[in-house]
Amino acid sequence: MNVKWLRFVQMWVVGALLLGGAAIADAATFRWANTGDAVSMDPYNVNESFTFGFTGNIYDGLVTRGKDLKIGPALAVSWKTLDPNTWEFKLRKGVKFHEGQDFTSADVVFSYNRALSEGSDIKANFVSIASVEAKDPLTVIIKTKQPNPILLADISFWWILSKDWCEKNGANGVADVRKAAVNYATIHANGTGAFILESREADVKTVLKRNPNWWGWKAGVGKSNVDEVVFTPIKQDGTRVAALLSGSVDMLYEVPIQDLDRIKQAGGKVFQIAETRTVFLGMDQFRDELIDSNIKGKNPLKDRRVRLALYKAIDEDLIVKQIMKGAAVSASSFVVKEMAGFDPKFKRLGYNPEEAKKLLTAAGYPNGFEVGFDCPNDRYVNDAQICQAVTSMWAKIGVQAKLNAQTKSLHFGKIGRLETSIYMLGWAPGTIDGQNALDNLLVTRTDGSGYGRFNYGRYSNPKMDSVVALARGELDAKKRTKLLQEALDMAHADVGSIPLHYQQVIWTSAKNVDLGQRADNIFCWYWVNVK
Amino acid sequence: MLSYLAERVFQSVLVLLVITAVGFVLFRYVGDPVLNMVGQDTSEKEIAQIRQDLGLNDPIIVQYGRYLRRAISGQFGKSFRHGRPVLDLFEERLPATVELSGVSTLLGLALAIPMGVFTGIRPNHPVSQFLLSFSLIGVSLPPFLIGILLILMFSVVLPWLPSFGRGTVTHLGGWTTGLLTMDGWRHIVLPSITLGLFQLTLIMRLVRSEMMEVLRTDYIKFARARGIATRAIYFGHALRNTMIPVVTITGLQLGGVLAFAIITETVFQWPGMGLLFLQALSVADLPVMSGYLLVVGVIFVSINLTVDLLYLVIDPRLRDGVRGK
Repeated sequence: MNVKWLRFVQMWVVGALLLGGAAIADAATFRWANTGDAVSMDPYNVNESFTFGFTGNIYDGLVTRGKDLKIGPALAVSWKTLDPNTWEFKLRKGVKFHEGQDFTSADVVFSYNRALSEGSDIKANFVSIASVEAKDPLTVIIKTKQPNPILLADISFWWILSKDWCEKNGANGVADVRKAAVNYATIHANGTGAFILESREADVKTVLKRNPNWWGWKAGVGKSNVDEVVFTPIKQDGTRVAALLSGSVDMLYEVPIQDLDRIKQAGGKVFQIAETRTVFLGMDQFRDELIDSNIKGKNPLKDRRVRLALYKAIDEDLIVKQIMKGAAVSASSFVVKEMAGFDPKFKRLGYNPEEAKKLLTAAGYPNGFEVGFDCPNDRYVNDAQICQAVTSMWAKIGVQAKLNAQTKSLHFGKIGRLETSIYMLGWAPGTIDGQNALDNLLVTRTDGSGYGRFNYGRYSNPKMDSVVALARGELDAKKRTKLLQEALDMAHADVGSIPLHYQQVIWTSAKNVDLGQRADNIFCWYWVNVK
Repeated sequence: MLSYLAERVFQSVLVLLVITAVGFVLFRYVGDPVLNMVGQDTSEKEIAQIRQDLGLNDPIIVQYGRYLRRAISGQFGKSFRHGRPVLDLFEERLPATVELSGVSTLLGLALAIPMGVFTGIRPNHPVSQFLLSFSLIGVSLPPFLIGILLILMFSVVLPWLPSFGRGTVTHLGGWTTGLLTMDGWRHIVLPSITLGLFQLTLIMRLVRSEMMEVLRTDYIKFARARGIATRAIYFGHALRNTMIPVVTITGLQLGGVLAFAIITETVFQWPGMGLLFLQALSVADLPVMSGYLLVVGVIFVSINLTVDLLYLVIDPRLRDGVRGK
């Protein structure tokens, strides 16, 4: 009996100590929440920005992006091109992985091979690279197949793993999560980065500790007083916001935009910046007859006047104001100011329903026409409402859009099979570069090459294609920007698609939190300060 | 007797088959799991290969057959999202759900019975009136709204209780519990009220009406006539007789608690089975979804089967009827 009592008392004492311990640690703890969790701790598992961003706090790349998205040194301290196809990277001296292994060029070569191995989802970032070799322990040579002006951007989400650690733990290869496989690296991590993974329960809670030996503290890349980071995914919008308001978390995104005022009233901070993501409408300009229209025998969307009419009938300012509650910037193209190819001259065409009506009449559709319109309803901020608004705006010029708003996996499946006439899509280039948008969304879709893969409307302008091809190999940054601007301008003149707006990255935090926000929605904890 | 048993078991298996089949077909419409797994730069060739490897190209009947074969041998496959066996995930998440359901059921019973007795004995007392109208909230408001209101009230306006999660969790062998620390208890208060409110209301009203019924019976009148203390009559005689339906309903409601737990767990980000299911739903994680449905189906069906068989034991009339057949 006595023993039982002792146990009982012991249990409570231990419990109380645990509680006390938690209270002490709370002082320098930064707790934050997001809708979802990182897919894996292995940064090669999935090509997804949230996972890249999350693991980027544990791992480092050769290069890193600053708050302005400019590329700067990280594990590589400097680089130069020996010839147009050969890059030499000098590596940082004295860097150690969290578990004590020295960082050398062998790790870089290993990480390259690992990134190309079966099961890796980041192979696409390395298509331009011919080889990665170690010249000496602190020098790496990267050879490209053709001159690649955006090599640094291509590798800006490539995190370096430790060769010894992977070999020791049987994580040489990448477990293909897509085929329901895991290995040691999916739930453990050993990087060189600012934070050390302490415990991980996927979809429940992840705890990380500060790495006091991180090179970035000394190099001035990061500045933070956070000792511990606790991350919890909270799926429900209401619960997530309540967690911030009640002080259970210090920072969160995504933020439901209708709650922004509430958060501000309660003294919370709101961080807003135009995202690199463009939300736009694509149109089938390939079929001779649309699959879901009442116009038979021809495709009205092949006529530039019709596309222009659809563009001019959309009151984007109203959408930004009413539906996005100001949390978006109306778009004129596919590039925000941080991206190469941006041109201050780009202007959105004005809203003008009368002119739109005239254009339709001139094109031979005085009474408009019927057409299918595909939208997701859970992918972009207020996506379904935007599409409803567009549908009613088009109705005013006689175009009857049959709106089909559905969950993202069904939507992307449908438009991916090209079973669509007009569709909504959002695009955020992983390389923060106009080239990426052009290559994926606007150049002529050619099977096998990968070019134009997301050009579901099959818009095609051979002249523009050739300008883009020139840009691909242009190493001179100024000339290259000119080419990109020229290409984007051509697509704009053709009305190859209808850009709507750049979403805004919106983060909120408690008022005692300071942080640095990046336009690509990547959250770097090494810029967080809790007062 | 034996044939009756066999018949009931056979029916249960049939029900399970139907549940899984319907679920399996329905889940095809939540979207393409592969598109949820790959990034935007994954090539089409690779996507096709993954689809092939996962067996998603086979006709649905073949997939269902494969799933059943595996399920019978106790394998639910691996989660597309986590890459781990579904059973492992269930094992991890089950303690949270069991704890939440347990606490909310106990809480419901502990409050509902005294409240029911009181309102039964003093139907016109203002407190009874208040309790009855208050209990309408429990019946009429969906748990989703109750949860949000509680969070608003007790974590945002009055910052007394945490708004989400399980708090500090202690590991005991293969089980995790939040009930050993104050922090854990603070976390379970709001979710268990949310989940338990419906049951509380139901049981309170049940006890009340049973109580009123029993108090009108002759044996209570005789007991009063014999001069037995009121207290003993209420709690010794009357209450005991109201307990039979209460126990039955509580047992049957276990299934309902489990079902409502999905909503409660989502609102409070409670890391249990329900939340796992909802997270799986949003990325079309088919193995987890089918596995959950099967597990919940088995629980429901076995509760009903047990109740059916218990009736047989309790009620001789039923037994005779079966024998006569």
